[in-house]
Amino acid sequence: MRISKSKKISEEIAKVCMCLAMLIVFGFVFSVLWTIFSKGMKAMSWDMVSKLPGGGFYIGKEGGFLNAIVGSLYIVGASTLIGLLISIPVVFFLNVYLKKGSKVAYLARLAFDVLFGVPSIVYGAFGFTIMIFFGLRTSLLGGIIVITLLIIPIFIRTMDEATRNFPRDILDASFALGATRLETLKVVLRQIAPGIATATLLSVGRAIGDAASVMFTAGYTDSIPTSLSQPAATLPLAVFFQLQSPIPEVVDRAYAAALVLTVIVLALSITGRFITNRFSKNKV
Amino acid sequence: MFSMTIIAILMVVVMFVGLYLKSSPVLQEKSFWQLLSSSEWKPMKGEFGFLPFVAGTLWVTLISILIALPVSLLTAVYITEYAKPYIKRLVFPILDILAALPSVIFGVWGVLVIVPWISQHVAPHFMDFSTGYTVFAAGIVLGVMVIPLLVSLFIEVFSSVSTDLRECSLSLGATRWQTVRKVIFRQTFSGIIAATVLAVSRAMGETIAVLMVCGCVIGIPTGILDPCYPIPALIANNYGEMLSMPMYEAALMFAALILFVVVLFFNLLSRIILYRLEKRLG
Repeated sequence: MRISKSKKISEEIAKVCMCLAMLIVFGFVFSVLWTIFSKGMKAMSWDMVSKLPGGGFYIGKEGGFLNAIVGSLYIVGASTLIGLLISIPVVFFLNVYLKKGSKVAYLARLAFDVLFGVPSIVYGAFGFTIMIFFGLRTSLLGGIIVITLLIIPIFIRTMDEATRNFPRDILDASFALGATRLETLKVVLRQIAPGIATATLLSVGRAIGDAASVMFTAGYTDSIPTSLSQPAATLPLAVFFQLQSPIPEVVDRAYAAALVLTVIVLALSITGRFITNRFSKNKV
Repeated sequence: MFSMTIIAILMVVVMFVGLYLKSSPVLQEKSFWQLLSSSEWKPMKGEFGFLPFVAGTLWVTLISILIALPVSLLTAVYITEYAKPYIKRLVFPILDILAALPSVIFGVWGVLVIVPWISQHVAPHFMDFSTGYTVFAAGIVLGVMVIPLLVSLFIEVFSSVSTDLRECSLSLGATRWQTVRKVIFRQTFSGIIAATVLAVSRAMGETIAVLMVCGCVIGIPTGILDPCYPIPALIANNYGEMLSMPMYEAALMFAALILFVVVLFFNLLSRIILYRLEKRLG
């Protein structure tokens, strides 16, 4: 059969458009990365990441933003741990205890998908009302609570995706050997370990970059918090606040902080992709 | 474990109730529609009109989707229908990076690249002077931010079409592009709409990046080169002052409630459509 001319032309036009679209996406990615790296590298120094803000920090004197780095790590570390402890049982429950096509599982997945879509500023506002309800001030604890709420849906949905394709035969084999459901959990865990790892990296990346929710709840401070009730600085807020300064030296620090944040997030993302590629091959 | 699952489901309800209770003082004083349709915003006098903020949110979201939708759709089609495996291996990590970058980084990029570009190269054609902090800037930044979400949703939707259907169409002599238009798009039309709605709801809630480039001038924007003040930016900018005035706090919580309800509704709708589609095709 002869392919008519117009068909061929529209095929070619479509192809060109698609390539253009891809190039646009690539262009955006490289533009963002290039901007952050070129600006950040100029402002970067060892003092930035190893020192607390000094006396005249906000008028351009010496110091760094170690407070923000440590604050972010505290909040992210704690909430990731709590998030994991809560979400693994839920994922297990959804996939092993409940039968396929169960109403509860459907509803739960829907609920988590919806929670996943709730903007972080709403989490912030909601967390803030909870804190007032319990009489808490802006503190490390508040930040941890809100970030935990924020990442649980991400944890559960990502792990759930990994577990859903889990072959039921393995479960049957395990049960047939006389294992209880709890013992079967071990088998499941080993199978979905890469899924858990990817979910964790994804959540950590989300948690460390989120500014709108910690703005309300964790506050901002120049020192490293020593207890849960003290406010804590975070990297995204360090970028955000310092960028608004009229003093060039302070704005430079915002670029340096942005660079640190980007490098952390890039490392997480690349490791996540690596784990998925590497370990999903060995799955049953 | 069962109780944990139930608690998680209840979270949605608890969030709604919490925000509603907090915003009830302002709702008692004025009706829902009064709040949304008035454009008087004078917190000190107790005037809370949300129209400028609602309009700002709608403008910014519209522009971002207009930018992101065609680019994402074409990229996703290319990846699922045309790309060879090695191209996929190259593209996915790049999309990962775009998805992983935090909002504040896009904000910095917007301030450094997009805002000066608009102020120096775009705006002079239409007006005397613009700072560049405009609806257009916010729309571009948001558009770039929702591209990875849209692409990954589209890829998921397109890959759910069975290979048989594709091969049928190709064996009838259709070109690939014809197959895409007449088979893939038609089969997944509801999915494309659902994915777009999801992206809209994501764009509506973005805070920090938009806050940094939108200009934050209270007023209803009349064109894409006007500054705007979307709802999330309003909440984030005023969280410090609001504690001193109960009415102000209630008004901001009402803003959060609107955002929550709209996003909730959009999410529910599109997720249910996507689940159905997955079931039908899968």
